[in-house]
Amino acid sequence: MDSRARNLLDEALGLDQLTQLKPPLGGKAVLIEDCVETSGSFVLHQLIKRLLTAVPNSSNVVLFLAFANPFSHYDRILRKLGCNLGAQREKGRFIFVDMLNVECPVGEEGKAGGRSGLFALFANITKVLNALPESNRKCLTIVIDDVSLMEVAAHGSSDHVLDFLHYCHTLTSDYGCSLVTLNHEDIYSSMDGLVFLKQMEYAADVLVKVEPLATGLAADVHGQFDGLQMTVLNRGSLNNRMSNFQFRIKENSVEYFYPGARA
Amino acid sequence: MAATKTRTSSFSRNLPAASSAQSPEIKCGPNGTFFVSSGIPDLDKTLGGGIPLGSLVMVMEDSEAPHHMLLLRNFMSQGLVHKQPLLYASPSKDPRGFLDNKQDFSNEFDLRRPLDRHFYTTQHVDCISTHDLPNLAPLQERCTSFLSHFPRSDSNIVCTGRIAIQSLCAPQCENSSMEWEMLSFIRALKSTVRSANAVAIITFPSSLVSPSFCKRWQHLADCLVSVKAIPDEDKELAKLLTGYQDIVGFLNIHKVSRINTQVPAVLEATTLSIKLQKRRYLVLECLNQAPIDGSGGTSYGTSGSCSGSSSKSGSLNF
Repeated sequence: MDSRARNLLDEALGLDQLTQLKPPLGGKAVLIEDCVETSGSFVLHQLIKRLLTAVPNSSNVVLFLAFANPFSHYDRILRKLGCNLGAQREKGRFIFVDMLNVECPVGEEGKAGGRSGLFALFANITKVLNALPESNRKCLTIVIDDVSLMEVAAHGSSDHVLDFLHYCHTLTSDYGCSLVTLNHEDIYSSMDGLVFLKQMEYAADVLVKVEPLATGLAADVHGQFDGLQMTVLNRGSLNNRMSNFQFRIKENSVEYFYPGARA
Repeated sequence: MAATKTRTSSFSRNLPAASSAQSPEIKCGPNGTFFVSSGIPDLDKTLGGGIPLGSLVMVMEDSEAPHHMLLLRNFMSQGLVHKQPLLYASPSKDPRGFLDNKQDFSNEFDLRRPLDRHFYTTQHVDCISTHDLPNLAPLQERCTSFLSHFPRSDSNIVCTGRIAIQSLCAPQCENSSMEWEMLSFIRALKSTVRSANAVAIITFPSSLVSPSFCKRWQHLADCLVSVKAIPDEDKELAKLLTGYQDIVGFLNIHKVSRINTQVPAVLEATTLSIKLQKRRYLVLECLNQAPIDGSGGTSYGTSGSCSGSSSKSGSLNF
């Protein structure tokens, strides 16, 4: 299984050889941007599947903060992709935090404001992190689906949401764990909204944009994928790696191909 | 082959009992979903069978025309025909009064037949006016208590409910400027509907909401459509489309509910024309391009097979 050829998505996300020695995303922060016309959630699904099933007996743990869909939705989708989320959850490898109905995230008692709710959520995350053995902490990946709904849960206090995300970023540098967030780019196209998105983009190491084709709908090609990996080399120079390809989403897999190269 | 305790192998189908119950109001859909009818057969067909249970449908209104009311009316009527409890919220001061007028109950939904009153009063129909609500908390409570009657379970689907909210954030309501509160309400409704055997439809005047909030609303919807009025006496359009005189507006499908699946729905046509056949029956048709005289012009999409009006374009069959 682990000698499976890397596909274009793996390369774009920097999912290096998924061996037990190296954490799969290398302690990076990934931001996935999508829009109403084309959803980027398939990238999340693929990522979860890779993290949990690519290497048998690996110590990868996924902490999933779900604001958009319930567990049953992801369970069904991942099952078709070949990953049993229920079993992974029982083994403690997939931790699902259902934030769908949580108005002020994880408020302690009663009327906690959005800010203290996010604070409590972060405390929850650090608790999960500390519960892992020290050598395995870098194998934790925090996935947030999606950030715009986190803003709604916090009643619009985007600053607090940004603070929360920055705290999560510190975890990537302190512990070496990885962070994957999904957000909707078309919400922030107005001037004041742009700041929020730019902050998230700035903090990310890997930036992924999922868009519809400029030519409109097509049954064979569901959209295009733009990826940017930013790595700072030892001397401080920046090494940017760009990927651009198209995709077609099926029930049990996703095909990736360069424009015009579809067999 | 692992002997799992709680779940059978991933190849088995856990078809709940409802599918064999043959209840007409619910149809089995793919990926463990169930469909209810929108009340418009053409729309059901375009959406792939109907509206999946647990979906939140949002309709972007055209402020110049009340076509969204056609959709709402058909949606509510279908629910009443199938004896599905209904919660209807509207900015008018007397929502129940709307239900009293112009309703129709044959499945053909003859928009001119008067209401069959006894049929409607025996149903469980709950109405609430959003006009004077200072905030959305009462509406949210009513929705939550309504939905608590339809808990989702894997066994028999006994009853499904419908929620219809008309013109949320209409300017005449006091609460229309509270954008984040609106979003909270919609998010809460969406998650409650998802875990219930129910479908909710919300119409809203999209031009009156700020662009970024409008996008947020759109992202919250599972199924997103918009209606647009057709200008009267537009000679350009009349040349372009067959049956122009019968068309009252356009219906655009932006998003189709993707519950339990990651595969996007690619529709054959995303723009449909709304016609009132014989001024009574609502039909949706793919746009048919009128026979061209060779002078070009934009083409609106596929000319799917439609009733009646395509006889003239027969001359274009190569």
